[in-house]
Amino acid sequence: MSSMIQAVRMALHVAEERHGVTDIFGEDVGPPLGGAFTATQGLKRAWNSPLDERGIVGTSIGLGLAGCRNVAEIQFCDYAFNTIDLLKLGGMMSWASHGDWNCPITIMTPVGSGIRGSIYHSHSFDATATHIHGWKIAMPSNPKDAYALLLSCIVDPNPCMFLIPKALMRSRAAPGEEIPGIDVDDRGLSKLIDAPLGDRSKWTPQWPDTPDLFIPVGEAATVRKGRDLTVVSYGRTLPLCVKAADSLAAEGIEAEVIDLRWLAPYDWERIKESVKRTGRALFVNEDTEITNFGEHLARRTTEEFFYELLAPPKVLAGAAIPGIGLADNLEMASVPQLPSITQAMRDLAASKP
Amino acid sequence: MSIDPNAPLTNEQLIKLHSLMVQGRVLEERLIQMYKQGDGYFWIGGPGEEAFNVPLGMLIHKGQGPEFDYLHFHYRQSATLLAMGADPVDALRQMKNTATDPYSGGRNFGGHPSIRKWNIVPVASTIETQYTMAPGTAMAQKRHGGRGITIVTGGDAGTAEGDFATCLVWSSRPMEPLPVLMIVTNNKWGISTAAAPQHGEKNVADRGRAFGIECKTIDGNDPEVAWREIASAMEYVRTTRRPFLLESIVSRLYGHSSASGANPVTDEADCLKGFEARLEARKILTREQMDSLRQKFTDELQLAHRRVREEPQPDGKTIYDHVFQTRDLVRGG
Ligand SMILES: Cc1ncc(C[n+]2csc(CCOP(=O)(O)OP(=O)(O)O)c2C)c(N)n1
Repeated sequence: MSSMIQAVRMALHVAEERHGVTDIFGEDVGPPLGGAFTATQGLKRAWNSPLDERGIVGTSIGLGLAGCRNVAEIQFCDYAFNTIDLLKLGGMMSWASHGDWNCPITIMTPVGSGIRGSIYHSHSFDATATHIHGWKIAMPSNPKDAYALLLSCIVDPNPCMFLIPKALMRSRAAPGEEIPGIDVDDRGLSKLIDAPLGDRSKWTPQWPDTPDLFIPVGEAATVRKGRDLTVVSYGRTLPLCVKAADSLAAEGIEAEVIDLRWLAPYDWERIKESVKRTGRALFVNEDTEITNFGEHLARRTTEEFFYELLAPPKVLAGAAIPGIGLADNLEMASVPQLPSITQAMRDLAASKP
Repeated sequence: MSIDPNAPLTNEQLIKLHSLMVQGRVLEERLIQMYKQGDGYFWIGGPGEEAFNVPLGMLIHKGQGPEFDYLHFHYRQSATLLAMGADPVDALRQMKNTATDPYSGGRNFGGHPSIRKWNIVPVASTIETQYTMAPGTAMAQKRHGGRGITIVTGGDAGTAEGDFATCLVWSSRPMEPLPVLMIVTNNKWGISTAAAPQHGEKNVADRGRAFGIECKTIDGNDPEVAWREIASAMEYVRTTRRPFLLESIVSRLYGHSSASGANPVTDEADCLKGFEARLEARKILTREQMDSLRQKFTDELQLAHRRVREEPQPDGKTIYDHVFQTRDLVRGG
């Protein structure tokens, strides 16, 4: 069973071998380190860039315009804020040129809390990203989806953002949810594709033969069926929502959980079908509450089927504060955790018209 | 095909250069008139830069893909486009934001072209961002081989942005120097802010030295000097596959843009006047010939203006068109 970060690495390997990716680059992305989170170890097309996020995004766009499919990494999304005008430009190459150009690039970046990253390694990016139109935006909650979403981003002719929840990077695939083609155990896989500590100059990875997997752009997944309420989440909070739903089943509450997977474009049809059935909607993510992508979904829910709802739609998100404090208690209090998610679901299920 | 930068221009070339400079000037004057008559919301362009921008366009290796030059322009490049063979009427269409505007379908300001078949990437109003993208296209060209280079243009004030430093750093990395011709057209102004009190460096081009980048500051008001220096810088970049920083001193003959009135200024050198005096003295063209040429372009563009005025405006229902592409055009898909 691979971890999410190994899944990302294997997808990049497949992309450079079979899908024409010419460049995988960013700060410390190439040898010897292979990425601050090891996402790019052992890849043929990985190289180190200068420490310059604007240069990384600009060069990625330039390569893309010249027909080079590429994946650029921003080491932490906390350091992508100084690239926002370039992200806006990347997202409008087609639109501003009235369809004359396209820009086939993927920007990947680790997002969110969960590793005690303190103020400047814990920011979320989904609220900001979804405000930059012209990009397709994917955010996985498990290794297999990470693999398939990243490949889907890479083969798309449009600019794509691939947001990797830091908290889930070491998480393992659930039984039955493995990427096909890996016929070794965790230690075996690590031997094959994790760079050794110390001198790596003579190391080459032994890639398992994993297939092309794609997730159609904009397709969410219903990861748990339920009749009482609909919970829509993505990234770090998704597995917490599933866990909360499982525990609430003992109380007789059956929650449906949707993993959005693509934030742009997003699977409104699936949300709509589910919420119309359950009459209750909770949107969970950890970006700051003001203003938040979940708020948009809640607004649409309210506007489009107000009279079919049994309770006001709810958003559970990160606190509206400038950053996330380092101490355990500070981080835990800043973003949704299992208890607050469980409570929010319980309250919503109990709320009556 | 390489060009000998030091070969003097033939009379035929000088006449062509002159004709394009006149056409470029007349085009800008027409665009300003369109703005003043309410046939455009905003004007920005390059009157006063023709002596540099025309030779640049004539020397560009025009086409699609890494074999040809990639062009990351700013908003003062209309004369360069003319010299490349663009239809001046398309500049009028963008000015009037018509549905027929081939550069942006009425979405962008005049002076903001985009032509994929000539590797002209969409011009953006954001100062200096084009310098962050130039290394990317140049990287593709370096690997592709051949003589294609990346050319990026911008003004002097914008070089204070970090994006200018990005281009210096990324195009001169010792592991992979890039075929980028960095051009700065220095008109000594950023809107209303004079360069002198803001910039300690003597010449903008000097900043290339720290990176081992060949650099030069030239008189961009003399088209023969500009031709020679652009040709020579291009030849260097084409053959060595390394960057070059070329600073060209130019004039700004109608101020920054319509935001500052778009009125003629009288205290800056007019490259066209200087060149015409020279052509007359050398008996290459007579005053009458030059006057009638100007009249011809003026009449043509006046007629075109009337025509463009009647062309349809884009439909509000099209705002969502082209947010995403279904085809991978840049990869030939
Ligand atoms: C990033 C950014 N900041 C500010 C502006 C507003 N602005 C437009 S043109 C300009 C001055 C540019 O001066 P310079 O780079 O010398 O070029 P010039 O227009 O003189 O050719 C400014 C400040 C902008 N378009 N983009």
